[in-house]
Amino acid sequence: MPRNSPVCLRAAIAAAGGLSSRLSVGPSSSASWNELAGESVLNCHAAELSGHSVVLAVMDPFAAAAAMIQFDGIVRRMVLYPPDLSREHLDFVAETAEADVIVTDQPVPLEVNARVVVLEPGDMRHSSERHSEASPLETEWILLTSGTTGRPKLVQHCLRSLIADIEIGRVPSTPVVWATFYDIRRYGGLHIFLDALCSGASMVLSNAQESLGDFLTRAGESGVTNISGTPSHWRRALMSSWAGQIAPAYLRLSGEIADQSILNSLRSQYPQARIAHTFASTEAGVAFSVKDEQMGFPLEILDRTPDVDIKVVDSTLRVRSERTASRYLGANSRPLKDVDGFVDTGDALELRNGRYYLVGRRDGIVNVGGFKVHPEEVEAVINRHPAVAMSLVKAKKNPITGALVVADVVLKNSLSSEEQGAHQRDILQFCRGELDAHKVPALLRFVLSLDVSESGKMVRRDA
Amino acid sequence: MNREMEIRAEIIDQFKQVALEQDKTLAPLTDELSLLDSGLDSLCFAVVVVRLENALGVDPFSSDEDVRFPVTFGDFVGFYEHAAQ
Repeated sequence: MPRNSPVCLRAAIAAAGGLSSRLSVGPSSSASWNELAGESVLNCHAAELSGHSVVLAVMDPFAAAAAMIQFDGIVRRMVLYPPDLSREHLDFVAETAEADVIVTDQPVPLEVNARVVVLEPGDMRHSSERHSEASPLETEWILLTSGTTGRPKLVQHCLRSLIADIEIGRVPSTPVVWATFYDIRRYGGLHIFLDALCSGASMVLSNAQESLGDFLTRAGESGVTNISGTPSHWRRALMSSWAGQIAPAYLRLSGEIADQSILNSLRSQYPQARIAHTFASTEAGVAFSVKDEQMGFPLEILDRTPDVDIKVVDSTLRVRSERTASRYLGANSRPLKDVDGFVDTGDALELRNGRYYLVGRRDGIVNVGGFKVHPEEVEAVINRHPAVAMSLVKAKKNPITGALVVADVVLKNSLSSEEQGAHQRDILQFCRGELDAHKVPALLRFVLSLDVSESGKMVRRDA
Repeated sequence: MNREMEIRAEIIDQFKQVALEQDKTLAPLTDELSLLDSGLDSLCFAVVVVRLENALGVDPFSSDEDVRFPVTFGDFVGFYEHAAQ
């Protein structure tokens, strides 16, 4: 546990002392952290919520932020329902979390078996009255991740595990303004939100209703200094004409493998920025951050993060630290950790010349005639081709080898069909020079865009 | 060029292209040539099948009919001609 670990978020805000720092989601929604801690979502509903298990299913990120601050320490359990997650799972999530209250700003289907509290705009009005902080509860924080069955998995954290790597009340030498492409109901965004809150920094929230261009413009106008997202978020930003709207001093990638091309592209777009890629997941928490702008991570990193234990079992990364989640909720859920407390990340690693490389997801392996292929390692090669902006490698069923890999590729510039043919041959030739034969895509198709999910990761489906 | 000639020409093209890409020496493509002696390995055939599906819009291997695997190059061409009908 970090020293002076706050008992709840309102205590963290008081300890951070970022008096002038603000949270904003647009010109109309902006407040200081102190105002948020004193705002009155709870004033109308304190008695209904205190000690209960609550699903927070609001669309408005600003209301979500205020509610998180005010519910922490008051409710027994708080489930963060991402705004993009289909409402069809609401009943399942509420039941699994044994939630008796759903807090929302949207109409809720009547069959949901819990009390529904609908937030009205008036509930957000400022009030000097504060809820009693006599003895804050240690609220359970529940994050949702996509499960293999289509239903979300419920992952239990607590405030301590979520902020274990954040120094409370450290005062930065220059004002910090955070932004993130993630929604703050997802681990990647929540962690940034809590970092800003605990360190007294300002933060610009993203909003699902807003275009990438509007978000980057707003972030730039707010003087964003620090910004985080997945490699897919960043590729989209670089492909847009708005990448120049921001001039961050620090940028971070997480959530997907950061390959060398995206690190190099960010370096060339933002020459003044410090660039780090962080290994983190909802279950494993933040494990470590790599700052040398090379893909993969050096073995020494394990010595530099004494509070994180890492082991590699069956070529897959396992992580143990105070930042990992504690368990999955639900009667039939599998254990989140092994007997020694390690979380299996499902991320496959390769050790080459004293450096570990993340090669892909264990459950994403394609079997080509008995040889294993990680789509991500093929993508990393394709992305190195100078004409390529991003790529997606998929499995395609095959009568002879069981499966083959094929690739969808987004080019940096649009080309005539003749030029496309030449590029197609050139990219495949490049792959053959870099990859074993069974890893080279059998087909390469040019597409205008690739699907990126709301969690910022490329949508992976078989061809 | 009629459809059958078109199919044959496309198959010959793909055999040559894949052999070139995979650095294989292709035997002369006569109808009697046994596929096992063609110089292509199973990965090459897998790629040929995907490319032909892309070029011709048919994958005879995925049809519901009882598939008898072609043995000679002539069988292979006939297999695609039949599927394209």
